Amino acid sequence: MLEAKTPTGPLDQKWTYYKGHCRLVNPANKRKLEVIVVGTGLAGASAAASLAELGYTVKAFCFQDSPRRAHSIAAQGGINAAKNYQNDGDSVFRLFYDTIKGGDYRARESNVHRLAEISTSIIDQCVAQGVPFAREYGGLLNNRSFGGTQVKRTFYAAGQTGQQLLIGAYQALERQVNLGNVKMYSRHEMLDVVMIDGKARGIICRNLVNGELERHFGHAVLLCTGGYGNVFYLSTNAMGSNVTAAWKAHKKGAQFGNPCFTQIHPTCIPVSGDHQSKLTLMSESLRNDGRIWVPKQKGDKRKANDIPEEERDYYLERRYPAFGNLVPRDVASRAAKERCDAGYGVGTTGQAVYLDFKFNLINKYGRAEASKHGIDNPDNDTLVRLGKEVVKEEYGNLFDMYEKITGENPYEVPMRIYPAVHYTMGGLWVDYELMTTMKGLYALGEANFSDHGANRLGASALMQGLADGYFVIPYTIGNYLADEIAVKPIDTEHPAFVEAEKQVSDRINTLMNIKGSQTVESFHKRLGKIMWEKCGMARNEQGLKEAIEEIRALKKEFWSDVRVPGIVKEMNPELDKAGRVADFIELGELMCLDALDRKESCGGHFREESQTEEGEALRDDENFTYVSSWEFKGESQWQLNKEPLQFEVAKPSQRSYK
Amino acid sequence: MEQNTMNLTLKVWRQKNSGDPGGFATYPVKNISAEMSFLEMFDVLNEELIREGKDPIAFDHDCREGICGMCSMYINGRPHGPWEKNTVCQLHMRAYKDGDTIVVEPWRAKSFPVLKDLVVDRGAFDRIIQAGGYISVNTGSPVDANAVPVEKEKADAAFAAAACIGCGACVAACKNSSALLFVSAKVSHLALLPQGAPERRSRALNMVAQMDKEGFGACTNTGACEAVCPKGISIENIARLNREFIGAGMSGE
Ligand SMILES: Cc1cc2nc3c(=O)[nH]c(=O)nc-3n(C[C@H](O)[C@H](O)[C@H](O)COP(=O)(O)OP(=O)(O)OC[C@H]3O[C@@H](n4cnc5c(N)ncnc54)[C@H](O)[C@@H]3O)c2cc1C
Ligand code: SF4
Ligand code: FES
Repeated sequence: MLEAKTPTGPLDQKWTYYKGHCRLVNPANKRKLEVIVVGTGLAGASAAASLAELGYTVKAFCFQDSPRRAHSIAAQGGINAAKNYQNDGDSVFRLFYDTIKGGDYRARESNVHRLAEISTSIIDQCVAQGVPFAREYGGLLNNRSFGGTQVKRTFYAAGQTGQQLLIGAYQALERQVNLGNVKMYSRHEMLDVVMIDGKARGIICRNLVNGELERHFGHAVLLCTGGYGNVFYLSTNAMGSNVTAAWKAHKKGAQFGNPCFTQIHPTCIPVSGDHQSKLTLMSESLRNDGRIWVPKQKGDKRKANDIPEEERDYYLERRYPAFGNLVPRDVASRAAKERCDAGYGVGTTGQAVYLDFKFNLINKYGRAEASKHGIDNPDNDTLVRLGKEVVKEEYGNLFDMYEKITGENPYEVPMRIYPAVHYTMGGLWVDYELMTTMKGLYALGEANFSDHGANRLGASALMQGLADGYFVIPYTIGNYLADEIAVKPIDTEHPAFVEAEKQVSDRINTLMNIKGSQTVESFHKRLGKIMWEKCGMARNEQGLKEAIEEIRALKKEFWSDVRVPGIVKEMNPELDKAGRVADFIELGELMCLDALDRKESCGGHFREESQTEEGEALRDDENFTYVSSWEFKGESQWQLNKEPLQFEVAKPSQRSYK
Repeated sequence: MEQNTMNLTLKVWRQKNSGDPGGFATYPVKNISAEMSFLEMFDVLNEELIREGKDPIAFDHDCREGICGMCSMYINGRPHGPWEKNTVCQLHMRAYKDGDTIVVEPWRAKSFPVLKDLVVDRGAFDRIIQAGGYISVNTGSPVDANAVPVEKEKADAAFAAAACIGCGACVAACKNSSALLFVSAKVSHLALLPQGAPERRSRALNMVAQMDKEGFGACTNTGACEAVCPKGISIENIARLNREFIGAGMSGE
């Protein structure tokens, strides 16, 4: 039975009620309680710092050489908050409603409302820490718009918002390290959860410098280990992003929620060849000022700048006049795919569309600057020059990055972009308190499934990660730990630790001893290809069934023919990767199974069998208004549990952005 | 699709672990496309080494977008390679031509010991931040974000300093292995903002003390750090740090 533990009362009072009634742990007892935080991205660093400030004894882990390098650092565009500083009609309710609707009515109302409520405190916290958000000339904070909304509620720091937020959380974390409240273990990878008497009591991890396995006790364990987009091999995620921690927990009993809900981001730099190791995002914020188009004529080989205005098809503006270029990601991605599949794509591969800044460079920024500088009747060159300055300030680093990768200057020619895997809405199932189905084991940030339903709105992942870490877990963990104050730290010689370590060690040795002929990378690429083609932007029954068979065969081949060089007791990045790819293969199968079960289309999950006449995603509320929560039952066996979703406030309707 | 391929010779530093003396090994790499990134070229080489039963080359990397600060290769005598304001993960092979020889080493500095091949330990940077690179504010206590306006110019300058990715190229480029550009960037970021003002003196003193303790060398104003910094962190920050430091020292703390 899945118990979401949603508090009673009206939606907008649930969190207040909860905070007023949850149990507390007194300061003296907090010191005796140890919390393990795995992952120090936005979710983990903010949680570790906040719990340490409260007085808990914290141990934090990450696989990079420093917590400052977590994948959160790469977030570009911004973070949402219902501050309504722009006086444009924003409110907590609107942010809540946009997020539920954006998620295509597949998220839990109570969690999303809490997120919207907390959003405003996040901005206050970050500013106090010294996060240098963009400001206006009057010294107050600036905002931009993101997809799926009609207000400006996104706070940002040029195209480096994630970096600045993470550095803020990292500094708060390092301050607690200095005070002795957090012990930080970098270059450590968690490889299992230790369960004692039905409760999570610790982890097994591998020191990635010397290869030794270690045991760590905690009264509770928090997984803040990020998303699993790299199951597709090519994605915008960092190279090391992986599902391993969540997957190990899943195999020990934590259920996995909505694994097939994947976000394909519309604006990424297209694939250039077989050597490609990752894809690079061009932030959604660019859709504030960039207009997306393809030629009206099929297979038009002219250069972009040679195609006259009237021969361009601004297909998003044409199809969705109300939201235009700012439709949500799933809608924009599918529309790009539709145009390319129909033969209108551009670039050498035909798998790209244009994102063009000329219009706003001249008309919006150029003219505004010209009038600011008192230039009457400016010529085109002046407008372009003035506009460029502003665009540079807003997105300069993204434009530079584009030029380094493609060798083309996006101030002069439109960017070529194509959708790519970006984010995973699915993750470990958690209740209102962010606890998984295993007692004492929590999941925060992208690692959980909680707030984004079937599609995440831009600038909402940073918000969620920080909400979970700064403002949710400090309350909810107390409600659990209040019962644990009498539990003395458990010796790591306990049989449960010994057994868990042995399992980890056996698996590592098995991997090392296969001594086959194919590299880990080659398996990862093949998995990615299956997932992208059959469980990617469009899915159908036959393809998914084939994918499951192919993945099973791939798994067999992996475990009989992979080659992992080197030895265990040393720094061995290939071994790290082998373990991660082995887990991705298993996850891939579950994702396909989940996609097969969900016969409706919703958000990023597009089942070709379920679409409207205009090719929009067609939900089936009667049969699928639930969260799919999968319970591991043994190799290739899962039981589907359903958490029915109730909508008391945001009544589901066909999502329309026209 | 890929027209410009090239053949190159790589001379790469190999070192089994921190105890091993290490040395260069030479590898030919073939059919490298101009569109590849430098690290993708290393991926190709590593795949080949694994297939031949050899140990692949260990190197640090993660985001491959020039923002995490993890990648760190010293290429033909320059941290992050030949391009201005760039990280090695964003360096692309069109920077090279057929027949080139490329020498690749780890960051070299006493305070950044080599762990394996091209991977070094930059834990010293974290410890410098621990010494004071933050604003002491607990979760939950702040005032409204717009309660304190911040002059746009100052906010922009703070942002420019906060763009540092902690990669350590500045240390690797400096003949004295000084970490002053890194330290001054953090001190400036926080000192420029009103929120960071109350601790500015102790922050500067404590961070510099930790920097010295970690064994980084003295700054002799060569400017080598600024020249290689992928984020364009300016040495004006060092001047600002010096002012902070003198101010802090004279106030008798
Ligand atoms: C290019 C890009 C741009 C984005 N831009 C935006 C944006 O503008 N706005 C927005 O809201 N969202 C954005 N997102 C999404 C957002 O950045 C992420 O969803 C979010 O940062 C995830 O944070 P996290 O703390 O959950 O995980 P992460 O930041 O991924 O951190 C994971 C942590 O877990 C650790 N870890 C993982 N596995 C293990 C293990 N087994 N053992 C030990 N440690 C482990 C890692 O070391 C790391 O510390 C973007 C994403 C990408 C890819
Ligand atoms: S100052 Fe520049 S070179 Fe030095 S660590 Fe920061 S980003 Fe790297
Ligand atoms: S790999 Fe992240 S900066 Fe180069």
